[in-house]
Amino acid sequence: MTTVNPADPTEPAASSMPPGEPPPATVPGVATVHGVPVRREALYFARRNKKLVGGLAVVLAFLALALVGPLFVADDPLAYVGPPAQPPSGTYWLGTTTFGQDVFAQFVHGLRATFLVGIVGALIAGVLGMVVGFTAGYRGGAVDEILTMVTNVVLVLPVLAVLMIIAAYLQVRNVAVQAVIIGLFSWPWVARAVRAQTFSLRSREFVDLAKLSGAPVRRIIFTEIAPNMASYLFMVFILLFGGAVLFAATLDVIGLGPTDGISLGLMLNHAKQWSAMNLGMWWWFIPPGLAITTVVGAFYIMNVGLDEVFNPKLREM
Amino acid sequence: MARYFGRKLLIYALTFVLAVTINWLIPRFMPGDPVRSMVARAGLQTPEGVAAMREYYSNLFGFDVPVWQQYLNFWAGLFRGDLGVSLWAFPQPVSEIILAAVPYTLGLLIPAILLSYWAGNKFGAYAARKKVLDNTVLPIWYVLTATPYMWLAILLAWALGKVAGIFPVGRSFSASLVPSWSWTFISDLISHWFLPFLSLFLVAFGGWAIGMRNLIIYELEADYAHYLGALGAPSRLVRRYAYRNAMLPQITGLALQLGVIVGGAVVTEIVFDYRGLGYLVLESIKTSDFFLLQGIFLFIVIGVLVANFIIDIVYVLVDPRTRTGMGGGAA
Repeated sequence: MTTVNPADPTEPAASSMPPGEPPPATVPGVATVHGVPVRREALYFARRNKKLVGGLAVVLAFLALALVGPLFVADDPLAYVGPPAQPPSGTYWLGTTTFGQDVFAQFVHGLRATFLVGIVGALIAGVLGMVVGFTAGYRGGAVDEILTMVTNVVLVLPVLAVLMIIAAYLQVRNVAVQAVIIGLFSWPWVARAVRAQTFSLRSREFVDLAKLSGAPVRRIIFTEIAPNMASYLFMVFILLFGGAVLFAATLDVIGLGPTDGISLGLMLNHAKQWSAMNLGMWWWFIPPGLAITTVVGAFYIMNVGLDEVFNPKLREM
Repeated sequence: MARYFGRKLLIYALTFVLAVTINWLIPRFMPGDPVRSMVARAGLQTPEGVAAMREYYSNLFGFDVPVWQQYLNFWAGLFRGDLGVSLWAFPQPVSEIILAAVPYTLGLLIPAILLSYWAGNKFGAYAARKKVLDNTVLPIWYVLTATPYMWLAILLAWALGKVAGIFPVGRSFSASLVPSWSWTFISDLISHWFLPFLSLFLVAFGGWAIGMRNLIIYELEADYAHYLGALGAPSRLVRRYAYRNAMLPQITGLALQLGVIVGGAVVTEIVFDYRGLGYLVLESIKTSDFFLLQGIFLFIVIGVLVANFIIDIVYVLVDPRTRTGMGGGAA
């Protein structure tokens, strides 16, 4: 049995998306060798955790809508299909815009874009952060010094401002490009957190044992160190997803959204641009924002649930 | 302590160099030709006019000298305070336009950050380990912190501005007024300021409250808290110690969140048509005024760096370990 010490309290590894999250969820009692019973135990608590199940249900419902919805509406969500400025009705479930575009069609297509940005952005940032964090934490010495310096420099840089400059100079933007640039600039806090945990794990006996048995560095990291923070890494992806979605929506509203296609943020941008607020067309700007809030909120609540599942101290019996 | 500040300053200097380099690099090495798109935007009819404009912009970017010299020239221009000339408000220099807008943005940001930080921490600490309160307010905080800044801004503008008509929406003060120290003007300014402030405050508040609640729960599980409890210390005292310890990660969290909050201010201003930096960002993107956009970028970076440095100083004042060189808060 191995336990992970919480990272150094002065290194608030997890002050991430919700500011000042508790120090990294530690994984007392996650054995690396006998993985299966632990996994079964986690599953047992996962199924009984209301926050986790509820959050997951909401996320899955929206994901299903994003995957299936576009199949049932017009292919081009920007097409002018109906009478202008109609409130929600049987034909146009969420009404139409000032130009007679179907808001529901835009909504389901936008939802797809939102999930895409979240997943791709989180994957890129997560992988980058883990590579930097594991390398810095495991190697130590000069490599660590340099990587930590780079991490800290990118960490101070206001991400949105950088994204703004890059996106403005891109003549053609789509959702994928947006996801990539968001991913490329949101990894530093992950690297910092992963480094702190790797640092405390690398001098443990089981890591020494692996070293003595001549295992290559990559295998030590993947089979000895990473599993000990698997739950934490999982939560990192959730926070990164939420962050990427919010960044994308912000860029869209500034007017740096995708130049082709639609996203939830772009809908808000259009609604603002064509003064939907002044015209009282609530069906144009309420649904996209509500969807972003619900999906990101559900992810955060899932995160709390996961924390309780993996950390026995927080479990409510 | 000198080492601590030395390291921090080195990081900030490097960040600044990186920001300036990004600013220099992107227009030059991005796919597409910014000069051509700017000339195209101007919509000139005569070929002579197009040629003259092309030459003017090529000179402005300094494309006619070797790359390393372009880079040095860029820095030299920066130290003279020369950020170029805006296209959106033509003969005005970028630095002048930005300096005129900065007070509005700071007027929104500083109260929103400080008040939400203070209130969020107090309230979060209060709710921790209080079952009923915790169960009712925690979901609300999660919703708040998951809300995109601009959406809350749109909702407030719509509900309190348009439907209820309590607050005016749009501009930083009524178009019919001239800035002066009169009561009418100041009350008008405040009524325009309130909604953007409120939406920034609410989103940030949720985040701080959640962070503090979680940290307090974590601290109350620590050995020192149990030990104090076992000695018979009143729970108020234990909670006070927990609060002090939980404050440290929250201060670092504030430094990390600055960029996000600034981004939030930009979009909030756009929604409310508030005439700060956010409004300039929107206009510069609409008119492809890249000089203005890059100037704003540098200003935001400098602002965030200065704020980070102030937070570092506060950290040293709050955490004695950094002063004795025990390395607390080392970055």
